[in-house]
Amino acid sequence: MKVLVTVMPKAGVLDPQGKAIGHALAGLGFEGLGEVRAGKVIELELAETDPARARAAAEAMARKLLANTVIESFRVEVA
Amino acid sequence: MQAGIVLFPGTNRERDMALALQRATGRRPAMLWHRDTALPAGTDLVVLPGGFSYGDYLRCGAMAAQSPIMRAIRAFADRGGHVLGVCNGFQMLTEAGLLPGALLRNATLRFLSMDCHLRVERADTPYTGRFQRGQVFRATMAHGDGNYFADDATLDRLEGEGLVALRYATPAGEATPEANRNGSARNIAGILSPNLRVLGLMPHPENQVDPQIDGTDGLPLFESLAEALAAA
Repeated sequence: MKVLVTVMPKAGVLDPQGKAIGHALAGLGFEGLGEVRAGKVIELELAETDPARARAAAEAMARKLLANTVIESFRVEVA
Repeated sequence: MQAGIVLFPGTNRERDMALALQRATGRRPAMLWHRDTALPAGTDLVVLPGGFSYGDYLRCGAMAAQSPIMRAIRAFADRGGHVLGVCNGFQMLTEAGLLPGALLRNATLRFLSMDCHLRVERADTPYTGRFQRGQVFRATMAHGDGNYFADDATLDRLEGEGLVALRYATPAGEATPEANRNGSARNIAGILSPNLRVLGLMPHPENQVDPQIDGTDGLPLFESLAEALAAA
């Protein structure tokens, strides 16, 4: 079972990477651009076939390693 | 004093650290491997040196924080052992939860390789006994992710409990925004654990320990440790 963990900088945590991407997009002429935030997606292949248990396992992995919850939030999606 | 320096894949500042410790203590530190599950008997200082452990994959220090030796280091710190983390070592200490907060990408997004000046916020710690409070010394920074972050409650607690060891400052000792090149919260360059025995800092005091190679500004930090641990 495939599970996606999306890790994003928390609201209020400086995201200079997102800012730089935003500036570059504006420089390319894209208009109407608000805030840009950059995070990462981690794709997990799990042997687990029960979606609820797969989600619980991925959440435990995110809390323990995939995200640093001091600065990042995460979201788990079971594909 | 018996020091141990931990090597991870991608560590690259262990030799400079060993020279600094040897110069201050007259003893050669042990080199420890990240897969070790115990520290050598008699170890009274563990150093996590600078470098790019595990290629900075996921987050700087995140992989190293999960390595087998970290369990032993956590137990050592819990027993009151001294742990020094420099640069990547500071990142490991925050990732392992031995120090609060996190190190974000530098606010400028640039890797900073340059000298900085550090103001000593207190001189009554095992790491700063040979300095005066308010003294400024020069050190070298070399990092891409040294922007210290913690929430306001944590920052207030650190300040209130006197756990900010070092701040980025001008050579005259003013903690200005210009002196704070990586954008760290409240100019914080180094913090201590509540028992003052765990220190994490981003700049490299081990760069300045030899009068013939860029001076000895950083040497008092290691001499302080040698003195504190000889007395212990």
